[in-house]
Amino acid sequence: MSAATDTTPVTAPANPIGQSVRDSLVIARRNLIRMTRIPEMVLFGIIQPVMFVVLFTYVFGGSMKIGNTTDPDVYKDFLMAGIFAQTVTFATAGSAAGIADDMQKGLVDRFRSLPMARGAVLTGRTVADLVQTAITLLVLAIVALIVGWRTGSADPTSVGEILAGFALLLLLGYAFTWIGALIGLSVRTPEAATSGGIIWLFPVTFISNAFVDSSQMTPWLRHIAEWNPFSATVQACRELFGNPGVVQSDAWPMQHPVWASLIWSVLIIAIFRTLAVRKYRSAAI
Amino acid sequence: MPGAIYAEGLVKTFGDVRALDGVDLDVPEGTVLGLLGPNGAGKTTAVRCLTTLLRPDSGKAVVAGIDVLRQPNEVRRSIGLSGQFAAVDEYLTGRENLQMVGQLYQMKGRAAKARAAELLDQFHLSDAADRPTKTYSGGMRRRLDLAAALVVSPPVMFMDEPTTGLDPRNRQELWEVIKRLVAGGTTLLLTTQYLEEADHLAHDIAVVDHGRVIARGTSDQLKARTGGERVEVVVHERHHMATASEVLAGFGKGATTVEEHTRKLTVPVTGGAKLLAEVIRELDVRGIEIDDIGLRRPTLDDVFLSLTGHVAEVADEGNGSADDAAHEQEKEAAK
Repeated sequence: MSAATDTTPVTAPANPIGQSVRDSLVIARRNLIRMTRIPEMVLFGIIQPVMFVVLFTYVFGGSMKIGNTTDPDVYKDFLMAGIFAQTVTFATAGSAAGIADDMQKGLVDRFRSLPMARGAVLTGRTVADLVQTAITLLVLAIVALIVGWRTGSADPTSVGEILAGFALLLLLGYAFTWIGALIGLSVRTPEAATSGGIIWLFPVTFISNAFVDSSQMTPWLRHIAEWNPFSATVQACRELFGNPGVVQSDAWPMQHPVWASLIWSVLIIAIFRTLAVRKYRSAAI
Repeated sequence: MPGAIYAEGLVKTFGDVRALDGVDLDVPEGTVLGLLGPNGAGKTTAVRCLTTLLRPDSGKAVVAGIDVLRQPNEVRRSIGLSGQFAAVDEYLTGRENLQMVGQLYQMKGRAAKARAAELLDQFHLSDAADRPTKTYSGGMRRRLDLAAALVVSPPVMFMDEPTTGLDPRNRQELWEVIKRLVAGGTTLLLTTQYLEEADHLAHDIAVVDHGRVIARGTSDQLKARTGGERVEVVVHERHHMATASEVLAGFGKGATTVEEHTRKLTVPVTGGAKLLAEVIRELDVRGIEIDDIGLRRPTLDDVFLSLTGHVAEVADEGNGSADDAAHEQEKEAAK
């Protein structure tokens, strides 16, 4: 069995990071091409949050108390940061289903048998999903403006702050797609991945400051809501957009929402990327 | 000097299922080994271990001179894998699929593009090159999958049941492609449950059952092991069967089997062509009109039956096979 060791070594790529980036882009490009071939998927991804905007604005609008008012116009301005944040997190289901589909179709086996960077299949997926999230968010912002959402309605803001808000939303969305990647690798079918990717998001997005004023919740629920990673981004966006409903609270994430949002998102990426890549490699050599 | 594909004592268990129970393989460079066995025999698990997709519990594997367990990524550069299920992206065109695979083999964009065009032409897919593969027929998809495995012209190829589910015409076509490939010097390990396929394509055959290689050799050697020629007669008139049976009994070295509905009689013999001529003469003398007569050497089906005690198709009926169980458990284990 000496033959194994005394053979000429095959040259490894000079730059593993460069290879990783390149492979990820190849996979991202593939997923983006798929997106153009299945436009209905992108379309449904946009219709759902638009529906939420319309329903919440007109159905709940008059009965929600924000601060000391039930003025529907105030609720509208309050609501949008919550809807935006919920929308970016719902991208989780898409990533989960996409990965599960690749596993089921045997594409992941094909990729695993190629001399490519190990994390690239997952990174390529999450990057493509980020592009889709950005498109959805853009359409949603336009719809929000049409129904009457205005930045700077409660406090003054600037273009830079508004862009920073959207950047935080995209980062949160990107972080959540890594949770989706892990779910996609852990379930048997794309159908299971879709529901598994979304069910838990309902408590996460509803036990938060997204749709109601969390300071009016019972204390224990309020604590959960205020430390919910999701709430930090919503609070940060309200602050940056100059919208009403910024929660006054002792909780650190509510006092420093921009930092909290950044830290939470980076932490989620670090943890779930590690777990997902490890899972991707687990059975293989 | 071990061959281009070498395995020693490969063991892989999934829970209670011993998918591989000490598999040894040695495929000399430029030859084809047919891994023959029913569903669930462990063929797919063996291929997955050799192609770095699955870590064996124990054993040794060397592919293209590289230790699979120590340098998996180097092995990946030297192999092409064509799976049981055509693993191409159904929403990408044939061309896009091949370019993507080329780039992931670390080819430059332009080189990947040129190679894709070359392969599409070679596999008669140029006309469909810019259509999503979703619109391809089963045979076309299989050809594309094979093309994807050949992007870097790897010295060693693995094909896991390459023609399962294909109609006879497409199967023939794919066989031709595989033969050309091997003529070009590629070493190939091919799994199949079609005995005819192993007979047709493989230089050597390893018969696998319950995770172990239970016999190996050339197709002729395996047939010789099973032993025995037979004379097979199909009579024209049903009422001649009794007489024919009598005649055959006179020449046979064992019991005559009679299939009423096909009017076919089979009897084991020794004596080859000379004896066959005598049988024909005797049937003629008795005035028995025959539709068909021949000297049959054992098929690989017979080989399989005599080696395993069950026919190859038996395991085919359900999905509760070891390989399937293995695959499921592998997914479980990955959690």
